[in-house]
Amino acid sequence: MRKILELKSLTAGYDEKIVLKGVNLVVKENDFLGIIGPNGGGKTTLLKVILGTIKPIEGEILLDGNDSIIGYLPQINQIDNKFPIPVKEVVLSGLMSHKKIFGRYNSENKRRADELMMQMGIIHLKNKNIGELSGGQLQRVFLCRAIIADPQLLILDEPDTYVDSNFEGELYEILHHLNSHMAIIVVSHDVGTICSHVKSIACVNETLCYHDSNVISQEQLMAYNCPIDLITHGEVPHRVLKHHK
Amino acid sequence: MNELIELFQYNFFLNAVGAAILASISCGIIGSYIVARRIVFISGGITHASFGGIGLAWYLGLNPVFGAAVFGVLSALGIEWISKKTDVRQDSVIGILWAFGMALGILFIYMTPGYAPNLMSFLFGNILTVGALDLYLLLGLCLFTIAVFFFLLRPILFVAFDEEFARTQKAPVQFLNYLLISLVALAIVLNIRVVGIILVISFLTIPQTIANMFTNDFKKMIFGSIAFGILGSFIGLLVSYRINAPSGATIIFSFVILFVIAKLVQLVMISVRRKKFGLIQLKRGNHLN
Repeated sequence: MRKILELKSLTAGYDEKIVLKGVNLVVKENDFLGIIGPNGGGKTTLLKVILGTIKPIEGEILLDGNDSIIGYLPQINQIDNKFPIPVKEVVLSGLMSHKKIFGRYNSENKRRADELMMQMGIIHLKNKNIGELSGGQLQRVFLCRAIIADPQLLILDEPDTYVDSNFEGELYEILHHLNSHMAIIVVSHDVGTICSHVKSIACVNETLCYHDSNVISQEQLMAYNCPIDLITHGEVPHRVLKHHK
Repeated sequence: MNELIELFQYNFFLNAVGAAILASISCGIIGSYIVARRIVFISGGITHASFGGIGLAWYLGLNPVFGAAVFGVLSALGIEWISKKTDVRQDSVIGILWAFGMALGILFIYMTPGYAPNLMSFLFGNILTVGALDLYLLLGLCLFTIAVFFFLLRPILFVAFDEEFARTQKAPVQFLNYLLISLVALAIVLNIRVVGIILVISFLTIPQTIANMFTNDFKKMIFGSIAFGILGSFIGLLVSYRINAPSGATIIFSFVILFVIAKLVQLVMISVRRKKFGLIQLKRGNHLN
């Protein structure tokens, strides 16, 4: 299987403060990785390094293809929802990387945007301003923006906040469908939900421990000193949460 | 009416009308960016910092507009650069620059031997004394701003909306930010001549806020603010001529009146819409019964 992303003994942080140390990670095509960890453990820093918005202090990031672009769904509370921009423009902005700075958007781009908005059930909101949308609708708009350029890797930062549980189920259904042609990384607080959908789990707390399945045993956690709740899966996905040090 | 036609025969009045139109166009475009991006405070800082440049140029015997332009653009680039450093409190730096620029300007002007210029004209502007050079500079600024926004509207909008995402898409975020903050500085500096340092910020925000009441589309917001800018400055100009009051103040005053009228219109529109909606609901209710 083709490697899409590789992090080699990566150290990252801000100025003097080191947040992440000795991180190794490989993401292959069709991977579906869930990233969990406590607040302040370095989840956001890890994402920023992968997305290239901050430079690592040490180590290497290898992306398949030099100018490969990552699809990105930011946390929705980082967005100024009073900004005067209509939904269709937000979706088209996902094609920024494919356009030269003076590039114009052609009818093919607009058709693709319409198609995606149709699939997500937000085509009727096309000309609405983003301020008029609900949290779930906004999340769909940003998902359209993240995938319109057909990225090899899609990264979602806390996609299940501000969203009703109805949409949460729908979101993971969409992600499973997308997973057939792109690798996905999801960061989430909601350990229970994430573990019943992803194929592998990484726990981030100063460093990164990778678990090559969505089932983690207590022993594994102890070995990594992972501060997460224990999850097991039976025939019907359920979870057993136990605290451990 | 005859009096109005007569007015247009005066050169100074034609210049003033030209300046009002050009100021409305440049402020309409740049101000929409400022309002959408929420950088009104940064713009205020740049405005006042540029007064230091006016004073220095006056002291050295140069054209004050060029001094202001250099100070304005440098402080704009400085603020943009500082805001990229996460550990610096941007608003405090703007506050320091704001006061420092004013202090420097006043010091230089009082140190200049001989005739001390009228401070009031810098602080409050005078559209009726705008000369040919001011008009050419404003025209150049307008053409450049229109060109930038015509060719780069989408990238500008996308970066302003979600800079972090634009960065992940390898968009030239840095370049666009520096280009636009420089344009903001130039628009401020050249329009100081028209309405003055203290009032220029309202030229950049009031027409935009009025336009924003009726549209959420950035492009329509630009056209709307240009229209409201021309309307307000024209009314202000006539009032200034009529009652012989400082034009900067009358222009801003007419902007505020327009703002209040627009707010009332908006409230009426909302209540009419609500009533209509209520009636529809009522009809549906009756139908069900």
